[in-house]
Amino acid sequence: MDFELSPAQEEIVRQVRALCARFPDEYWRDKDSSHEFPHEFHHAVAQAGYLGIAIPEQYGGSGLGITEAALLMREVAASGGAMNAASAIHLTIFGMGPVIHHGSEELKQRCLPAIARGQIHCSFAVTEPDAGNDITHIKTAARRQGDYYVINGRKVFTTKAREADKVLLLTRTTPIEEVSKKTAGMSLFLADLDREAVEVRELKKMGRHAVDTNLLFIDNLRVPATDLVGEEGRGFHYLLDGLNPERILVAAEAIGIGRAALSRAVAYAKERVVFGRPIGRNQAIAHPLADCYAKLEAAEMLTMKAAWLFDARKPCGAEANMAKLRAAEACFEACDRAVQTLGGYGYMFEYDVERYFRECRMLKIAPVSQEMVLNYISEHVLGLPRSY
Amino acid sequence: MKILVPFKRVPDPATTIRILPDGSGIATDNVKWVINPFDEIAIEEALRIKERLKTGEVVLMTIGQSNWQEQLRTGLAMGADRAKLIVTDKPLDTLTIARVIAKVVAEEQPRLVILGKQAIDDDSNQVGQMLAEILGWPQATFASKLEIEGDRCTVVREVDGGLETVAFPLPAVVTTDLRLNEPRYASLPGIMKARKKELKEIPIESLGLDLTPKLRVKELKAPPKRQAGRKVGSVQELVKLLHEEAKLI
Ligand SMILES: Cc1cc2nc3c(=O)[nH]c(=O)nc-3n(C[C@H](O)[C@H](O)[C@H](O)COP(=O)(O)OP(=O)(O)OC[C@H]3O[C@@H](n4cnc5c(N)ncnc54)[C@H](O)[C@@H]3O)c2cc1C
Ligand SMILES: Cc1cc2nc3c(=O)[nH]c(=O)nc-3n(C[C@H](O)[C@H](O)[C@H](O)COP(=O)(O)OP(=O)(O)OC[C@H]3O[C@@H](n4cnc5c(N)ncnc54)[C@H](O)[C@@H]3O)c2cc1C
Repeated sequence: MDFELSPAQEEIVRQVRALCARFPDEYWRDKDSSHEFPHEFHHAVAQAGYLGIAIPEQYGGSGLGITEAALLMREVAASGGAMNAASAIHLTIFGMGPVIHHGSEELKQRCLPAIARGQIHCSFAVTEPDAGNDITHIKTAARRQGDYYVINGRKVFTTKAREADKVLLLTRTTPIEEVSKKTAGMSLFLADLDREAVEVRELKKMGRHAVDTNLLFIDNLRVPATDLVGEEGRGFHYLLDGLNPERILVAAEAIGIGRAALSRAVAYAKERVVFGRPIGRNQAIAHPLADCYAKLEAAEMLTMKAAWLFDARKPCGAEANMAKLRAAEACFEACDRAVQTLGGYGYMFEYDVERYFRECRMLKIAPVSQEMVLNYISEHVLGLPRSY
Repeated sequence: MKILVPFKRVPDPATTIRILPDGSGIATDNVKWVINPFDEIAIEEALRIKERLKTGEVVLMTIGQSNWQEQLRTGLAMGADRAKLIVTDKPLDTLTIARVIAKVVAEEQPRLVILGKQAIDDDSNQVGQMLAEILGWPQATFASKLEIEGDRCTVVREVDGGLETVAFPLPAVVTTDLRLNEPRYASLPGIMKARKKELKEIPIESLGLDLTPKLRVKELKAPPKRQAGRKVGSVQELVKLLHEEAKLI
């Protein structure tokens, strides 16, 4: 067993830290309150070549694994950028998996290099108003007409659509009533987000205000058949391949935010003096912070194990799910304790921990809810009967 | 133009330093090591000169144990072309360090040597000056601006109370001050390429130098804990205390 990072991995961690240090808490505070996409940060990450970390070298990336991508996302979140920073790049880092593994050579040559360079922003539209966790029940339909597909439907919670040039769009090419297995008949497109046919309506939300989340109304969107990823009808399976990496990355982001919160809280607990002593001398303050630290470390072990399994091409569904479960929980607790440690100041915008707290709440819901993770473990790890 | 950048590995400025109980050195477990920040500025400057002139080579070197390779790789990831590690596990004094660098200079024949004005661990501020003396080259220390035109170099130096501009012919030795530049972070392709760049290990014994230190560190001590301050009632009282108790005036 070897828990050590390779020298190149250590270097990535160090250099990403150095890059993120140029975007301090004030930057993120500003972007969060002005609801502005962090273009400068995105540009710096793109320039330094990190967007293509998991995209193969022949398509303009660096061809590294999910382990390296997880380290990148952990550091990006831990810098204080939290979900505003992570979500600005998350989809480029992991979302191209289905295209890389199943897309046609033409599609890959055409799109991946520009995506790796950060010239093309891409959204990921799976969730629908009537099909949240229950993905197979999506209604957005794609009908073939000659060399085109015509797509109609609605998507919800589509992140970054305001910025996006393209959207990785999950549709039904065969209605659910007509397929033998409900996971069949779904198709994935890497489509241009044509504003003539797609209305993007931003949703107001609890946090992560720098990166938008939207409702999409898709009305006769014409997509060339060359934008279809892989074969018609196999979209759901292509998507499944990407779920484990996404869980691993989200877990790493959660750990990063937890670390950010904890470091702010610990620094404050050392300095803040009330009742004639630093508050950190009270076990009521110190112990919860110590406990959070240990929980974040434990979550990180699971996350890195899942990443290692994935990169070694071994099954990692259980580990990826458990990592997401534990990391989202440990992160939420760390952020909550950080707010508590800072007392009234913790509730104030300028002290940043309330921002982390607001942002990290989503990690218990998206991209998969804690409950659905527990369903997975109950059914696929413990072998209990499926409850739904 | 070939530029040589010698650097030292030092504890990360963010780490808390603990001194060993016997005062012989610092506890190195849990210490994160980095390129001396002033030397990092030197690497950055060398890379910028190469980029400006659109030609040349940046060679890094350090003198230390085999695992100092890591910091050399960091410099290669930033964009340096190749690196030399003069391997030794003995502590060396500043004069010996300068002599070792002079040996490498003799072999590499760079037109310019850029290094930090001092290392942030022992703050000696000697190696650059000694090196220039050994080589018989001009030196410009504490550089905050550097320009090269043909075979001449102009450096703005940070001196007490102002700036001094000096011009001199190459080859020369320049030491960097804080305001010279802001070092870059390495790109991911840079990190990947660095793994394949040439990094040569050279045993220090092969240089044929006398390594006996002329200087010995006798003891390291933490600075005394700061005493709590005291409030005084009036200016008169303050003056009286400064005079009678502190004996400062
Ligand atoms: C900020 C944010 C950004 C997002 N970005 C994107 C994006 O870019 N693209 C995209 O496609 N989606 C995105 N999502 C959607 C996200 O993936 C969904 O919110 C998530 O899949 C849950 O779907 P839902 O919200 O419809 O919840 P529902 O499926 O309606 O579930 C509601 C609640 O019921 C629970 N539940 C449901 N079924 C069961 C069951 N069988 N057993 C036990 N409990 C159950 C769930 O755990 C949850 O707590 C985003 C969401 C958020 C909050
Ligand atoms: C939204 C908001 C509105 C407010 N409105 C008002 C108002 O209208 N008027 C007003 O006067 N005040 C107001 N307050 C102030 C509020 O009452 C204080 O925030 C609260 O009393 C805590 O003080 P503090 O924030 O300075 O925390 P601190 O006293 O600095 O405490 C920081 C942390 O250390 C813990 N701690 C401190 N000492 C110990 C100990 N001995 N043992 C264990 N733990 C300890 C605390 O529980 C806390 O978690 C408001 C605060 C907020 C957030």
